[in-house]
Amino acid sequence: MSGHSTYEPKTGIERWLDARLPIVRLGYDSFVDYPTPRNLNYWWTFGGILSLCLASQLITGIILVMHYTPSADHAFASVEHIMRDVNYGWLIRYMHANGASMFFIAVYIHMFRGLYYGSYKAPREVLWILGCVIYLLMMATAFMGYVLPWGQMSFHGAVVITNLFGALPLVGPAITTWLWGGFAVDNATLNRFFSLHYLLPFMIAGVVILHIWALHVVGQNNPTGVDPKSKADTLPFTPYATVKDGFAMSVFLILFAIFVFYLPNALGHSDNYIPANPLVTPSHIVPEWYFLPFYAILRAVPDKLMGVLAMFGAIACLFALPWLDTSKVRSMRYRPTAKVYFGFFVVACIILGFCGAKLPSDPVIPHLTTFTLIDSDLNSFVWLSRVAALFYFAFFLVILPILGLKETPLPVPDSIASPALAHPAAAPAEKG
Amino acid sequence: MTWVADTAVGATTEPEHGADPSRRDFIYIATIAAAAGAGASLVWPFVDQMNPSADTLALASIEFDLTKVVEGQQVTLKWRGKPLFVRNRTKAEIASAVKDDGASMKDPQKDADRVKPGKANWLVLIGSCTHLGCVPTFGGGDYGGWFCPCHGSVYDTSGRIRKGPAPLNLAVPEYAFLTDTKVKIG
Repeated sequence: MSGHSTYEPKTGIERWLDARLPIVRLGYDSFVDYPTPRNLNYWWTFGGILSLCLASQLITGIILVMHYTPSADHAFASVEHIMRDVNYGWLIRYMHANGASMFFIAVYIHMFRGLYYGSYKAPREVLWILGCVIYLLMMATAFMGYVLPWGQMSFHGAVVITNLFGALPLVGPAITTWLWGGFAVDNATLNRFFSLHYLLPFMIAGVVILHIWALHVVGQNNPTGVDPKSKADTLPFTPYATVKDGFAMSVFLILFAIFVFYLPNALGHSDNYIPANPLVTPSHIVPEWYFLPFYAILRAVPDKLMGVLAMFGAIACLFALPWLDTSKVRSMRYRPTAKVYFGFFVVACIILGFCGAKLPSDPVIPHLTTFTLIDSDLNSFVWLSRVAALFYFAFFLVILPILGLKETPLPVPDSIASPALAHPAAAPAEKG
Repeated sequence: MTWVADTAVGATTEPEHGADPSRRDFIYIATIAAAAGAGASLVWPFVDQMNPSADTLALASIEFDLTKVVEGQQVTLKWRGKPLFVRNRTKAEIASAVKDDGASMKDPQKDADRVKPGKANWLVLIGSCTHLGCVPTFGGGDYGGWFCPCHGSVYDTSGRIRKGPAPLNLAVPEYAFLTDTKVKIG
């Protein structure tokens, strides 16, 4: 897709097809001859892993629909039917449920990689934003999918998330009633979530095509952040990237298999094996792990509307990132100060995730009461999540804009090949 | 000069096609406006189908016999898909609620305004936390009333929000006493 095509049809059939629908040429130019930077490391294999995740979720999901009943009266029983009676139903459902977690593990690594190596900077802004759109669609899909088994966590999770929209002034209550199709989460809600849960993955697949298109227009970033300048800087996609991606996928599939076969419910919540009961909320309600950081931000703010705005704002920061980071240097490999803040940012995200799983008023250090600040004891998860949330926003809105203007970056290599060739191990033996 | 000759034949002064831009523009604008209007009016049914259906709206009111609830007890009913608390409050609960009438609150309301006159022991509430809709449990929190397990909102014995992220008091639904022992809710 970049530069001219080197595809030469070898057989008569290929020549015939190439003149009518050059689809083999498209595949050859995109996945065989496509030049990739020669220095891509394993953090770059998660794009391929994510395609694998999407394919796995689509296939297992379409199969589950063959056995699932979208009805408030039958949904829970039909999931148990899949688990107990359908041939290999347990395997397919566990692949789908754990596949969602694997998908998010991969997407978070993919996003942190983009953040570290500056993959959002010009000319890759649209590529990055398309990725953010995919992430939003993934969150919507995962949330609605979690509702479908109609267990206690499904039901009350749906109640909490749909009520978030009720925080909007004036239109809030009308929007929640509209989302529910009634006065509460009920059968109508379950059915529309099912319909959308089936639709959204295909929309994800559509945006993935745009994401790859945009990628092939601007070319891949690489660990140096320096654009490839000559043929010495690149290698053909096949066999170099395909083999590397294939190896990474295999390792990733081992992790996936460990969860599916040995820890199938480790990432879920046992309360979701209790049928939904609208009259009793589980004593400790938590979302799936991949939403925990945002859940912690929601709870960190004592005001309902501001909490909801902060949560959505945390995602909005990602969309604005290409214009928030003012640094001329793309890769943080050459930004020693930014690298440190990036490390703190990753830690802040993990702390937020940890806080999201705890009760807000619980002490961080057990059996220690300090003093009450505003509304809670200072030694509480709500205060820890406030500190971490503050850093999360400061990273995007203060640190990246200012640091790009202030810091002195390390010297950036002239080309991708030059630091590799200048490495003592690669250089010809020096004389005299 | 054929143009002049042509028009001279007809008695009207109507010009050739395209010679009057305002007339052609009007047709374009009218067509686009009609198509846009038709499109927009078609959008509404597709949006409105997600609102509560007629049979959901029909489930409006229920009657409840209060003799089932002894003093200090609470019954949870299902009304419009949501939990409904009917609580027979003790003297101590009422006293504690009335005593706090003047306290600083997020959503100030007197206890007397949340019950029917002369029926201060009967508290009828929609059991849905005004934060994000979880079901609060009675007996938790620092105010002797309800505690929401989801995000830690604390309500007093009148169902008023006292602590935590919820913005409003637990809602009192529209209800009326049919007799001394029977209420109609909704």
